[in-house]
Amino acid sequence: MQKILLAVLGVLMLVHTSMARAALSIEIIGAGEHQIPVSIVPFGGDEKLGLAINEVVTGDLLRSGLFRLVDPAGKSPHEAAEVHYPDWQVRGTEALAIGTVSAQADGRIVARFRLLDVVKQAELIGQAVSAGDGQIRAVGHRIADLIYEKLTGNQGVFSTRIAYVNRQGKMFSLIVADSDGYNEQIVLKQNEPIMSPSWSPDGSHLAYVSFETGHAAVFVQSLYTHQRKVVANFRGSNSAPAWSPDGKQLAVVLTRDGSSQIYLMRPDGSDIRRITFSGAIDTEPNFSPDGQYFLFTSDRGGSAQVYRMPVAGGAAQRLTFAAGSSYSPRHSPDGKSFVFTHLSGGRFYISMQDFQTGQMEALTEGGWEKKPSFAPNGRLILFASEARGRGILATVSSDGRVKQHMFTQSGDAREPVWGPHL
Amino acid sequence: MKKLVISIVLVNLLAACASQKPHETAVAPAAPAASAAATAPATASAVAAKTAVDPLNDPTGILAGRSVYYPFDVAAVQDADKPLVQAHAEYLGKNAARNVRLEGNCDERGSNEYNLALGQRRADGVMKMLELGGAKAGQLDSVSYGEEKPKAIGHEESSWSQNRRTDLNYAK
Repeated sequence: MQKILLAVLGVLMLVHTSMARAALSIEIIGAGEHQIPVSIVPFGGDEKLGLAINEVVTGDLLRSGLFRLVDPAGKSPHEAAEVHYPDWQVRGTEALAIGTVSAQADGRIVARFRLLDVVKQAELIGQAVSAGDGQIRAVGHRIADLIYEKLTGNQGVFSTRIAYVNRQGKMFSLIVADSDGYNEQIVLKQNEPIMSPSWSPDGSHLAYVSFETGHAAVFVQSLYTHQRKVVANFRGSNSAPAWSPDGKQLAVVLTRDGSSQIYLMRPDGSDIRRITFSGAIDTEPNFSPDGQYFLFTSDRGGSAQVYRMPVAGGAAQRLTFAAGSSYSPRHSPDGKSFVFTHLSGGRFYISMQDFQTGQMEALTEGGWEKKPSFAPNGRLILFASEARGRGILATVSSDGRVKQHMFTQSGDAREPVWGPHL
Repeated sequence: MKKLVISIVLVNLLAACASQKPHETAVAPAAPAASAAATAPATASAVAAKTAVDPLNDPTGILAGRSVYYPFDVAAVQDADKPLVQAHAEYLGKNAARNVRLEGNCDERGSNEYNLALGQRRADGVMKMLELGGAKAGQLDSVSYGEEKPKAIGHEESSWSQNRRTDLNYAK
């Protein structure tokens, strides 16, 4: 419980910038192989809050592709004693979520919820989740995470956040939002480009590229205090920031010595040392979860391909060989595979490759799809796509079966990246 | 205005010196000279009448070209654009007070970061060629906008070809 409260507090502190509740629309395509039938009864108590939580929880579970929602059909128990199990067994539901929610005098929202195993007629979870005034979606995401974790055995990612850049004409906004795209908060807005947001491992800071000084420079900004600092501002381009898993190092790409090469520095910009020496383009570094290796994009072989190299130095190994070019590699959280953008025949695909077998698999049908990143549980991949002439956010499950498109209110969504567990 | 007039005179004088050399190709056409004279006070027009205008401002001269174009995923200046870069190199060599910023751009194919690197390589390639051709390093600066500032926004070659570009942006 202590941990939940802390996480919620973190979300609260982030909120003081302009908060645009976007009219977001979400489309889900496909379904998981085995879907768990669940029923979510709108919580009792404060009915309005109950419906708001219900919307978030059902939305989260549906988007995962792993659940099928069974309609409560008028039954609305809120306490365990009110549940008549045979009513639910005949509907084929396997798990039932019930509860109550109320707002305290200070505005604090407290939800008490239970997850019941309909088949075994037993309680799986009984827990209180609370959050500050206005944080009703955070309560919903937390409950969805608890349900997801209990029923699938995997860690939920609904309470995590994503970052992306929204381009509208010549205006660029760096945005942090909930994993479902709602609750957008503008971190930075300017009429010069913003690129490549990168989360610190603890989720407290974003590193990114801004052109506000007239050229590409790397900034690090606290999401809590909003203090920002330029950490790489040498001649030419400074870009592609990536945090080491321990948060103590930042890999960046600089052109201060010639072509785009990868350097390591402390996140405050000190102690810079060069780690690639190719004379070609080396960019988009991404650390392995154990911090020993990094993947990167290089055209040293003639076309852009994905390479891997030890952080301590040594030979780089080419990993992608398919026709066309490959870009933007990112390790899976378990370190066993990586996702990347594959450009072939004029179409961009989000593809995944296993380190051990070298087997590559396209997760999408191809189109305008770029910049994939894993959810921290490895089950979903967020990427930039395009639909109806606009840049949008999209996700695909790591087995390629379930896709969703998230349409933000306006402008083009670009450069998305999934944040860590808080 | 005063400052502008002085700089016009200065540049014209420099251009006049330059035009003595046989390989200087830019010749002042009548129309821009007349319009420059019309807007400048008597002292400036007297000089302008006798000498060439700044060839950089000649809309029909080779220096009016300020962009270099590339095939997909290529950063080398193409043969067709080499005379243009060479002419700018010579101009900069003779006009030490002029500074130019090379701005590399890319089409939207490739990742944003790869394109930022490619645009930088394009701009740096032009910069190197200018330096070899007579410009001094202190007159030159290079940046990349990658695919972030497209001139044309379509998803087809007619837009992409305009976006694969290095612009020579002279400081005012």
